[in-house]
Amino acid sequence: MPTNDVKLLGAPASQYVNRVQFALNLKSIDYEFIPQNMREKSELLLKSNPVHKNIPVLLHGDKPICDSLVIVQYIDEFWFDGPSILPSDPYDRAIARFWAAYIDDKWIPFFKELTTAKDEESKTALVEKILEGLKLFEDVFVKASKGKCFFGGETIGFLDIVLGCYLGWLKAWGIQLDVNFLDESKTPALVGWAERFSSDKAIHGIIPETEELFRILQIILARAADAASK
Amino acid sequence: MAKEDVLLLDFWVSPFCSRVKIALAEKGVAYQQRGEDIFGGKSELLLKSNPIYQKVPVLLHDGKPMCESTNIVHYIDETWPSPPLLPASAYDRARARFWADFIDKKLFDAGGNIWKTKGEDQAAAKKELIQILKYLEGGLGDKDYFGGDSFGFVDIIAIPLTTWFFAYEKFGNFNVEEECPKFAAWTKRCLGRESVAKTLPDPQQVLEFVSMMRKMHGIE
Repeated sequence: MPTNDVKLLGAPASQYVNRVQFALNLKSIDYEFIPQNMREKSELLLKSNPVHKNIPVLLHGDKPICDSLVIVQYIDEFWFDGPSILPSDPYDRAIARFWAAYIDDKWIPFFKELTTAKDEESKTALVEKILEGLKLFEDVFVKASKGKCFFGGETIGFLDIVLGCYLGWLKAWGIQLDVNFLDESKTPALVGWAERFSSDKAIHGIIPETEELFRILQIILARAADAASK
Repeated sequence: MAKEDVLLLDFWVSPFCSRVKIALAEKGVAYQQRGEDIFGGKSELLLKSNPIYQKVPVLLHDGKPMCESTNIVHYIDETWPSPPLLPASAYDRARARFWADFIDKKLFDAGGNIWKTKGEDQAAAKKELIQILKYLEGGLGDKDYFGGDSFGFVDIIAIPLTTWFFAYEKFGNFNVEEECPKFAAWTKRCLGRESVAKTLPDPQQVLEFVSMMRKMHGIE
């Protein structure tokens, strides 16, 4: 596949963009990464995603595809002769989609709330909710993996990508809050999964180093504090 | 397919339950339906089947529960492939999923903000709803349905929400047809379909339900 046929508008530290990169790598698709400055959005981004004006956007030829979960499913369906990302059984797909939506609509937003949490009490409450979510994912993993390495079974699948993209940020937040989010004594299966996922050749090198994410987190927190004081 | 194999936990006014009912009707799938008493007390089966959200709809197929209406409609389309609800090409399917997600994230909440608020907040909510409908008109373009010539996935996701528009118009004092005639035309087209007409509740009854909710919320 020629590089100029597939373009990805994104930012390297965006977990949603990383999802698309994982999927493209799993299917061995070459692509051109076009970094976006989200504080000064490009014409191309605004034209390709006029509704949300957000990243990631996949440009396949002249066709834009938006929203990370939509893009990952598109990649799976268009390049159907590569390894499958969504499970093959419709019920397993329904379960995968349910948890993907939960991760995006409920769990990741807890971290967004943390950026503006004002006191220790609300921070502690949010950390509790995040940890409860991880316990849920532990159970989901045990059921979905059926004793194999990934949520997708023998190979990396949809839920691996959807949750795995956040592993870097989870570590950065852990340093920030002095919390060990992935604790072997509480969620042993997830700990093992996280190591296997992160070291897989399709995944390795995509998520920025924790130091870099921590540095970006400081900027995000400073901006949030600034906005709150106005 | 025996009727007992497919069970829907339902609430009559829920547009999300209607989505599932329309999808099953389009596929000609026989199913059982059990109305939940949302205010009086949810059933054991509902609480067990949907422990995370404790909401309807829940579809149980051979006892296996599925939650979240868009997810359920996807499942119905994949399990009973004919007639297809999602388009054939990967790109058109991506467009359909994009619009379904947009509708899910924006439409019902924007409408809720109209009947739940007053004054400036309500004016802002009305503006937001109209903007959302204009985006949807853009997605529809000149087509009869969101997917093209055939009634399909996005139409099913969107049409039940329109039963609540009469209530929004009444409390918000505006008219959807005047503001978004293309959207109104698409609504009428979908309502002409048997699966839709037989499933959706009467907007007058929805209005009465919303009036009751307003009293419950202390908004008058």
